[in-house]
Amino acid sequence: MTDESLRSTHEIELESRRTAWQARKRHVARKHTVGKLLLSLAVYTLAVSFFLPLAWLLSSSLKNDKQIFALPPIWIPKPVMWSNYVEALTSARFDLFFRNTLLIASVTSVGVALSSALVAYGFSRIEWPGRDVLFFFVLSTMMVPYQVTMIPLYIVFSKLEWVGTYLPLIVPYFTGSSFYIFLLRQFFRMIPMELTDAARIDGCSELGIMWRVILPLARPVVTVVVLFRVLDAWGDFFEPLIYISRLRQYTLSLGLLLFQGMYFTEWHLLMAASAAITIPVVIVFFFTQRSFIEGVTFTGLHGV
Amino acid sequence: MIRRTLARLRSMSRRERRRLAAGLLFVSPWIIGFLAFKIYPVVASFYYGFTFYDIVRTPHWLGLENYRDLLTDRQFRIAIANTGYYTLLSVPSGLVAAYLLAFLLNQKLYGRSLLRTVFYLPTIVPTVSSAMLWLWIMDTQFGLINATLASLGLPGIPWLSHPSWSKPSLVLINLWYVGNTMVIFLAALQDVPQALYDAGKVDGANWLQQLVHITIPLTTPAILFTLITGLIRASQTFSFPYILTKGGPADSTLFYALYLYRTAFVYLRMGFASAMAWILFIVIVIFTYLVFKSSGRWVFYGSD
Repeated sequence: MTDESLRSTHEIELESRRTAWQARKRHVARKHTVGKLLLSLAVYTLAVSFFLPLAWLLSSSLKNDKQIFALPPIWIPKPVMWSNYVEALTSARFDLFFRNTLLIASVTSVGVALSSALVAYGFSRIEWPGRDVLFFFVLSTMMVPYQVTMIPLYIVFSKLEWVGTYLPLIVPYFTGSSFYIFLLRQFFRMIPMELTDAARIDGCSELGIMWRVILPLARPVVTVVVLFRVLDAWGDFFEPLIYISRLRQYTLSLGLLLFQGMYFTEWHLLMAASAAITIPVVIVFFFTQRSFIEGVTFTGLHGV
Repeated sequence: MIRRTLARLRSMSRRERRRLAAGLLFVSPWIIGFLAFKIYPVVASFYYGFTFYDIVRTPHWLGLENYRDLLTDRQFRIAIANTGYYTLLSVPSGLVAAYLLAFLLNQKLYGRSLLRTVFYLPTIVPTVSSAMLWLWIMDTQFGLINATLASLGLPGIPWLSHPSWSKPSLVLINLWYVGNTMVIFLAALQDVPQALYDAGKVDGANWLQQLVHITIPLTTPAILFTLITGLIRASQTFSFPYILTKGGPADSTLFYALYLYRTAFVYLRMGFASAMAWILFIVIVIFTYLVFKSSGRWVFYGSD
């Protein structure tokens, strides 16, 4: 008591001002965390709603033919019909469709990665007159809608008797693709020229340089290219639609459409088939998502 | 021009000529593909646009008749209106949603990479699987949405079964796919230098002012890129109108690409379809040019 009375009014004033400031700082910090909490709530709610359709896909795929039509909607099926998957996938030749799709996906991804890498190397690691002008043409082709080229291409393929084979779906990918050429070229450009110069002085051929110097460094981007193409081929729908007519050659997308035509009221089976096609791709994505998203942002950012 | 190139070739040093040869060699797969799968089809489809061609018989010259017929073709006008409606609604809504999500995700929240995965995941799902899923979710009687509404005592909405709702439903479904654009915006947002925000805070800017005067202007290049690619993509929408609604009900989802596909591959009117394809091409080029022209006024590239 006596201590306090010994304090000057100045000290008391300083002390009260300090505690007031601390209180205000606490108040602001609390407002920030409250704001952050609300924000998190908003984002997580959105995330849940984005995930709901996929959850519903899974849920529906495991229901029996009564629960699928239940009102109000049932989220957790009882009994869990794992047999739906077996029934759906054996009612049509999904094993065949799977093998066909895998064939196309693997062949085209290797083809497009190799050819695009070759082309991208030419556009980035060698200096030659007219290079950048030609590259502009590479970019400009991306603006041509596929509808313009698809009709004459179909006619040509039809005259070559390639319609009804996989050739129209595979061959074009061996000439590179504008998108992947662009992606790879942007990446190759970032590798210092000293590396290639040094290799050239050492007498390495251009192809050798590409194979031994650039490609190992570019492994992440090339992986992205392969991934993108596999994913595209998996869900590809339009080209198989116009070029493939025999059931034996159907891909997964066509197979699923066929299945829908046969079992369109049996939603539980349709959902099982749809989920069966989706799950492999989601799994691959989970293991490679970082490379994936990096690939997308890389083109998006350096796109303009 | 040829004389000039020849003169230039002759005056090049041996090393330059070797580099030119190497460059062209590496790029040759693309050149072959470009000539065979881009130049030839583009020119050929331009020609076909002035003919009547059903593949079986040789093309029969019609002059401008195809284009004149298009002007009076009822379904052509419907297709343009539908595609225009869809593009005008889906592109801005998609961009705004993607930007908003990216902005939210850019705040330091917990579980950011999980959130990013969840929002990106829909773009991975194979097209046909997605289509089946949305067909089921939007089913008028038993679909998830209407069933949930019913259990709340609310009337259902004829999402895909009524002409007034079919296009809005497609616009809504499109929102599920904003993950791709969101990832691009997220990267662009992360590129905005923190120093600018700090300076803004010193000047007393609140979060809204920061958003409007710092964040948005500095991400305009990414906005331009996604705007153009979004417009190009939206105008070529095919899969969902084809699978979900087959152009109906009552031609309400007869999109341009769908009508083109039918004209070419169902009615086998290749000439007519080629004319349609070229009109689409020209419209896309014009719109892209216009957007680019306007961009000088609102896009802000870094170091100004």
